[in-house]
Order: sequence, then C-alpha cells, then structure tokens
Amino acid sequence: MVSETPLWEVFIRPRNGLAHKHVGSIHAADEVMAVQAARDVYTRRGEGTSIWVVRSADIVASDPAQAGENFEPTADKIYRHPTFYEIPEDVGHM
Amino acid sequence: MYSQGLIGADGRTDEAPEFLEAFQKRIDAEEKIEPMDAMPEGYRRTLIRQIGQHAHSEIVGMLPEGNWITRAPSLKRKAALLAKVQDEGGHGLYLYAAAETLGVSRDQMTEELLSGKAKYSSIFNYPTLSWADIGTIGWLVDGAAIMNQIPLCRCSFGPYARAMIRVCKEESFHQRQGYEIVMTLARGTPEQKAMAQDSLNRWWWPSLMMFGPHDAESQHSDQNMKWKIKRFSNDELRQKFIDATVPQAQFLGLSVPDPDLTWNEEKGGYDHGPIDWDEFWRVVKGGGVMNRDRIEARQKAWDDGAWVREAALAHAEKRRARKLAAE
Repeated sequence: MVSETPLWEVFIRPRNGLAHKHVGSIHAADEVMAVQAARDVYTRRGEGTSIWVVRSADIVASDPAQAGENFEPTADKIYRHPTFYEIPEDVGHM
Repeated sequence: MYSQGLIGADGRTDEAPEFLEAFQKRIDAEEKIEPMDAMPEGYRRTLIRQIGQHAHSEIVGMLPEGNWITRAPSLKRKAALLAKVQDEGGHGLYLYAAAETLGVSRDQMTEELLSGKAKYSSIFNYPTLSWADIGTIGWLVDGAAIMNQIPLCRCSFGPYARAMIRVCKEESFHQRQGYEIVMTLARGTPEQKAMAQDSLNRWWWPSLMMFGPHDAESQHSDQNMKWKIKRFSNDELRQKFIDATVPQAQFLGLSVPDPDLTWNEEKGGYDHGPIDWDEFWRVVKGGGVMNRDRIEARQKAWDDGAWVREAALAHAEKRRARKLAAE
C-alpha cells in the first residue's frame, strides 16, 4: 500500500477586495496538482478569482482545550468597546 | 443517500453523564460542533458513517448517469449532463473532506466502499435503461436528495453543514435540468411520452425508498434527532417529497404509478400505497440489478488509478528532493 496522497486546505478569494476564505480540503500529490484540483472542485460556478492551497499538516492551530483561557478573558474587558464610555448627547456623534 | 446513511449507524456511547449532558447543552443551544471539539464517540462514529455513505452515494451516483453521456441526444443535453456528473464528483469530494475532519482517512473510506462494508444509496443499484431515465433521475432522485439535504444544512456538525450548503446550491440545477428533459419527452411524440411514463413507473417507488425505512422501523433515530444530526424523520421527508412531486407529474400529464395515491384533505397531503420494503432491503444488502456492476466499476477505477497515484507521489518527492539539493 502506497502512502496516502497528502491533504491540502483550500482558500478562495471570491472577488478582489475580499479576503481568501477557507472552503474545504482536497488530496493532491503536490502543490501544482493541488491548485488544479481545488479549481475543479471548488470553483465550478464563479466562486472565486484566486486560490490558495496550504498543506493541512503545515497548519498550526490553537488548542481547543485551551479555548477558555485563550478567548474568554476578552469577554469581561468591556472597556475595550466604545459603548463603555459615556459621552453626552449634546456632543453629537462620535 | 442521506437518510439511508444512518442505516446501521451505531450511536452507542459510554462517556460520563456529565460530559454527555454538557455536549447536549451545546447542541440544544444550536452551537455547531467543530472537528477538534470534544464529542461523544457515538456522535463521531455516526457522523463518519453517515457522511462517508453520503459521499459514496455521490460518487457511485456518477455511474448511472455517466452511462448516457456519449448518447445524450444533443450537445446542450450532453454539456448539461457532463456538468451534472462533474458536480456529483465534486459533492463526493466535499463530503469525503468533511468526514476526514473526524479522523477517518480517505483510503479507509474507499476500502470500506469496495469491500461492501460501507453502503451507498439503494437508488443507484437500479439501471438507467433509456434517455428518459436521465431526466427522471434529475427530477425525482435529485428532488428527493434536495428534500433530505436542505435540513442537513443545519446539521450540528459544522463541516457537514457547510458542505451541504454548497451541495444544495448546486442541486437545484440538477433537478430543473431533469424536469426539463422529462417535460420535453412528455410534450413530444406518443413514443417519447410513453418513454417518460415508463421511466416514472420504474423510478417512483425506488425514489420513495431513498428516504429510508418508516420511522417505526428506523433504529437510533431518536438519538440522531437529539444530536441534531438529523432534523426531520424519514416519513416526514417522504411525505414532503410526495406532496411536492405529484403536482409536477400532473403538470406533465404523467401518472404516478400508485393506485392508492389519494389527496387527504384533513392532513393536507397525499396518502400513498404500501412500499415494498422487501425490495428495499434486498437492494440495500446487495441484491439489486446493478450492485455488482457498481462496485466492479469503482474497484476498476481504484485499481487502474493506482499507478497514477504512485507516479504523482514519486514525482512530487523527486521535485522536493531536487529543490532541497538546489538550496
């Protein structure tokens, strides 16, 4: 049994002005075939104008078990938001 | 595909009650579950099975239609059919990718399909005997698929739901091109109309079976509803399909091959005659007309493609080594 064809994550830019967005993944032996396969699989109806592929093995992700420590502390820092500050109506829009 | 994907799914799970309760709370709050999240083993196993079988159905589903590409009656029909079959391949790939996020490998899923351990929708074990069948498949089979897949867009497992949103956007073209083919035949010569009627006669019941066994016979259904892997029962979806499709057949002047089909004013839907479940189980278990051919075709594609996969990997390795040496 040969080793499995590597997995790639596919990102598509729907049109200029927007960021590339993750759309799914595909298997391909190398980066050239990965872009080609991504085009065939993910852009059959004008979904994009640009494709990025990244080997799934190269993605570094935060640990979901640490999601609490990583992301919850921001919830109680309400002073980071503009609505925390009271500005009199008379000042007008700010 | 779809509802049938849950046949034989094993939702048993033996985590601590506190863990299951916390998980259920997330589901009840309509939070999506993502691949790296903690999840009950039964949930993972059920989804791997359902998504895998759904993917297999898309891939095997290319075969009955591919059978007619070279014999499509016009360039327009051929282009549409090619695009549709290519879509089915794409749908299979979206779904395999979604299943792989749960820790199963593509090769493992392929092996399970080829060994018969994993199933695919019973509908693809029926032969496509005439050009009208290509129309009927789009109209009824893709129509039934849409009924099943729309609620799956809200499935609790994120990657499956996202794949389904893409699939549903594309299915609508499939159903409309199918209906248009049947309509063209129904409005054609008496022979063409008879061809359309014959096709409807053969595909109607197998299409109803696509929704899977009656709710009372459907094991594990409660757990899957609770986990929001599934949102509507098999019978509910089948009823919706019948109510939507019967008027479409009437519009074409074709008759639905069910003498017991009657409008039930009280429930606001059609009552239908008994479904031949013996036939259903026979086909699911491998006794359909085309079961052997389908797996043989997949096996051949897998075997014939082996040297290509090996060569592509060897080429990639050679290029990598050259690049390293040049640095």
